[in-house]
Amino acid sequence: MQKLPSFLRRGDWFAQSGWLLFRSRITYLVSRISISISITITITITITITIPHHVSRISHNVSRITYLASRISYLASRITYPASRITYPASLTKMNTLLETPTNTLSATEPSWLATRRAAGLEQFKNLGMPTARDECWRFASVGRLSIDDFNPVEAPATTTLDTLTERSNLVSDRAGRMVYVDDAPADFECVSKEHADQGVIYLPISEAIEQHPELMEKYLLQESTELGSQKFFGLHAATVKAGAVLYIPKGVEIKQPFVNYYWTSGARAAVFPHTLIIAEDNSKVSVVDIFFSETTENEALNISVSNIHAGAGAQVFRKVVQDWNEKTVSFQLDTTVAERDAQVKNVAVNIGAARARFESQTRIEGAGADVKMYSLTVAEDNQEFDQRTFQTHNAPSAVSDLLYKNALLGKSRTIFSGLIKVAEGAQQTDAYQTNRNLLLDPTAEANALPGLEILANDVRCSHGATTGNVNEEELFYMMQRGIPRRIAMQLMVFGFFEEVIEKVDSDELADNLRHLIHNKFESKLK
Amino acid sequence: MSTLELQEKAIKIDTEKGNFKYPENYEFDAGVGLNEDTVKYISDVKNEDPWILDFRLKALKVFESKPMPTNWADKDLENIHFDKIRYYLSKGQVPARSWDDVPDDVKETFERLGIPEQERKFLAGVEAQFDSEASYSHMKEDLEKEGVIFVGSSEGLAKYPEIFKPYFGKVIPTADNKFSALNSAVFSGGSFIYVPKGVKLKQPLQAYFRINAENFGQFERTLIIADEGAEITYMEGCTAPKFETATLHSAVVELVALKGAKIQYITVQNWSSNVFNLVTKRGVADEGAEVKWIDCNIGSRLTMKYPGVVLKGKGARGEVLSIALANDGQHQDTGAKMMHLADNTTSNIISKSISIGKGRSTYRGQVHMPKHLKNCKNNTECDALLINTNSRTDTYPAITTRGQNNTVQHEASVSKVSAEQIFYMMQRGLSEGEAMSLAVNGFVNELMKAFPMEYSVELKRLIDMEMEGSVG
Repeated sequence: MQKLPSFLRRGDWFAQSGWLLFRSRITYLVSRISISISITITITITITITIPHHVSRISHNVSRITYLASRISYLASRITYPASRITYPASLTKMNTLLETPTNTLSATEPSWLATRRAAGLEQFKNLGMPTARDECWRFASVGRLSIDDFNPVEAPATTTLDTLTERSNLVSDRAGRMVYVDDAPADFECVSKEHADQGVIYLPISEAIEQHPELMEKYLLQESTELGSQKFFGLHAATVKAGAVLYIPKGVEIKQPFVNYYWTSGARAAVFPHTLIIAEDNSKVSVVDIFFSETTENEALNISVSNIHAGAGAQVFRKVVQDWNEKTVSFQLDTTVAERDAQVKNVAVNIGAARARFESQTRIEGAGADVKMYSLTVAEDNQEFDQRTFQTHNAPSAVSDLLYKNALLGKSRTIFSGLIKVAEGAQQTDAYQTNRNLLLDPTAEANALPGLEILANDVRCSHGATTGNVNEEELFYMMQRGIPRRIAMQLMVFGFFEEVIEKVDSDELADNLRHLIHNKFESKLK
Repeated sequence: MSTLELQEKAIKIDTEKGNFKYPENYEFDAGVGLNEDTVKYISDVKNEDPWILDFRLKALKVFESKPMPTNWADKDLENIHFDKIRYYLSKGQVPARSWDDVPDDVKETFERLGIPEQERKFLAGVEAQFDSEASYSHMKEDLEKEGVIFVGSSEGLAKYPEIFKPYFGKVIPTADNKFSALNSAVFSGGSFIYVPKGVKLKQPLQAYFRINAENFGQFERTLIIADEGAEITYMEGCTAPKFETATLHSAVVELVALKGAKIQYITVQNWSSNVFNLVTKRGVADEGAEVKWIDCNIGSRLTMKYPGVVLKGKGARGEVLSIALANDGQHQDTGAKMMHLADNTTSNIISKSISIGKGRSTYRGQVHMPKHLKNCKNNTECDALLINTNSRTDTYPAITTRGQNNTVQHEASVSKVSAEQIFYMMQRGLSEGEAMSLAVNGFVNELMKAFPMEYSVELKRLIDMEMEGSVG
């Protein structure tokens, strides 16, 4: 252990790790980059010197420094690869995809296992063809209009953009930690409290987690892929991912407030690859909110996000996802959950935005007595297409899984719900349910449902139900009789339809914010 | 004897009962394998019009160009070797009108299966198909006088082209799927039925299909046209002996129900466990018409059958009631399709499946409501019962809905016979097997009522028999 500066020797754990990290970064950067960058570093160092004067805010400052450092590393990556940068445009105009773009994530510090996984991912992306209408996994999806051409990772946005968007990241105020990314560039990081840090809680950006906890990351990072048709895009994600949150909760630790991750898009035709990895050890308890937003209503973007939840024995994980991209975004959300013995996992997804959103959510129950809930509400309008594929696998007996997906459709929008419950041989006493409800508000809207069951054990209770219907004219008439205008009445009924899911988010503030988002979307539409 | 006993005796069609064969002795044989010459041979033997040969040859091309649907269907399909199958075998083209004229071995076959007795008991007409061609066809005289036509496919196209040609291959186009194309190329036998305006058949017509030869493919083609306001019930039954090698049965059944007509099509399929049963069935229902499929699958190795109704006219109604029983080594991949193409159409699908041992039953369904429609309704219920720990059931429905005031509901559930139920019955002196049988019969009882009584008795017996030894 090298000697630490005196102000750190006083013993703030987090400051220490931050300092180590910072120092290693400086060494790394100094060894590689030009004088001009060193000057920037000098400036940051001046900030570190100010730390002792603000001891109360020490951890916050350190986190900011980490971030400045990581921004520098971006600058560095831009400066140190001038030759390759010149060749980009030619290959890009030729290929029109991200395919051949060298990822700027492969830094010298990345461990070999990750490099292997990235290479495998890239292979997978290159080798698998684009989905076709003949693929059973893409049935009903308008694959003809699916294109990921001309989207590329973009450079980090200006500091002012980062600051504005950080300020707009305000859906949840009472939180245990927050990360804000804009176009996969870090904008803000509120780390965990000292108390939680002392308990061993890890909440770090993905790159830091790889550096600091390589063994943990080797065990969990990019180890769960989707099986529901987007393997190609998962490959691209694996090859490219650099932004995202890693959350590790040690055995028995319970955290009441949620961790909140914001993933913004801002640049022109930006491709983003956010990643959320949640590892909840035995008997721990944690909740996470992932929020996907666009800066404006106009910036086109491609999102391929992956989220993996590992819930240990008896762990309780609650993940809420708010997806409100603008309607110029093509989005893939590839989520997996692995639940061990007696684990309780709850996923609530609210889907409002994107031109077309593919949402793959799969749950694997590996331990007896696990209980997994999957809830989702979707508001589709205009030409939006929401393509939801779910998979509940029961590999262990006596477990419960419950799924409820509700969709309200306006305009010419389309939704596809395709769910499968698979009960493996020997997974007796399984209770598995799957419900899909579609509310058609316009005659041109289209709801597709493919609820499926594959049962290989006999002592089970499994059911699925799918219904599609319109707003009940009689109920509308009743409300209009009582002086409620048609439009408001319709809105009330739609909110009534959604309330079942909204109340499951278990947070008044978030629930109100969600109602507000849905309200905004309906405001101009319902007549 | 009570009526019930009489009926039971009359319709003894069980798996063992069908397990016998007579020596092969055919006048016409198209040989093994399929190519243009096979098709030309069949057409030549049947002395067909040139347009039918053209139709067959085009279908052959379509069949060859289409891939096996293994991207979604059972991989077991790959075990069908089209080049090892015999596509046409017959003893003569003209079916006997009198039972006495039927060749002895064929007559004995059907007598052992109880066909003539059934005819006397409750049928308005019977056709019995032995391998490729009908060997016996008979209909009550008064029906003939009313203008009802009940003939085989070749006879129908030759004698009544003005009636059957406009609808032939229109409900199920050649290129609908690989097996409908195969059938279109080599079809032989089956029933062509026309019921004139307003004629209501009180008694059902029946066809009986029997495969006798090994490595044989039976490709019957059925077309039923019910003119305005007509009503008809049609029943088909199938058996084959148990051969070592796979046998293929690939039928195409087209139903046309014109304005206000009603067609009810009942199938009891009890092929032996080496038969691939790949059947395309579809009906079109015009304004106010009703098409009802009652489908019971007990036999075969792999059945893939999804009866469909195209609800073309306003207020049309479609219904599929399906019972499937999958025992060891069987896969019953059944289901239903409902295409709503007009306002105020309703459809109902009820499917009950039972899986015993390592049996696998699958429900695959499709319900489609396009955007310009109003007030359409669909109700789908799929219930599966699993008897043993290693039994399997799957459900794969696909539902597309648009338009105004259209409602769709789909429900599926999976259950087992509860130990408590069995215990309760055994307390009252039933053996475990009897108790299980009773519970299973209770599960399908609701649907049984939809079958004509004679059939439900038979079904109950078949189920009892399949259940034997499944407990413990």
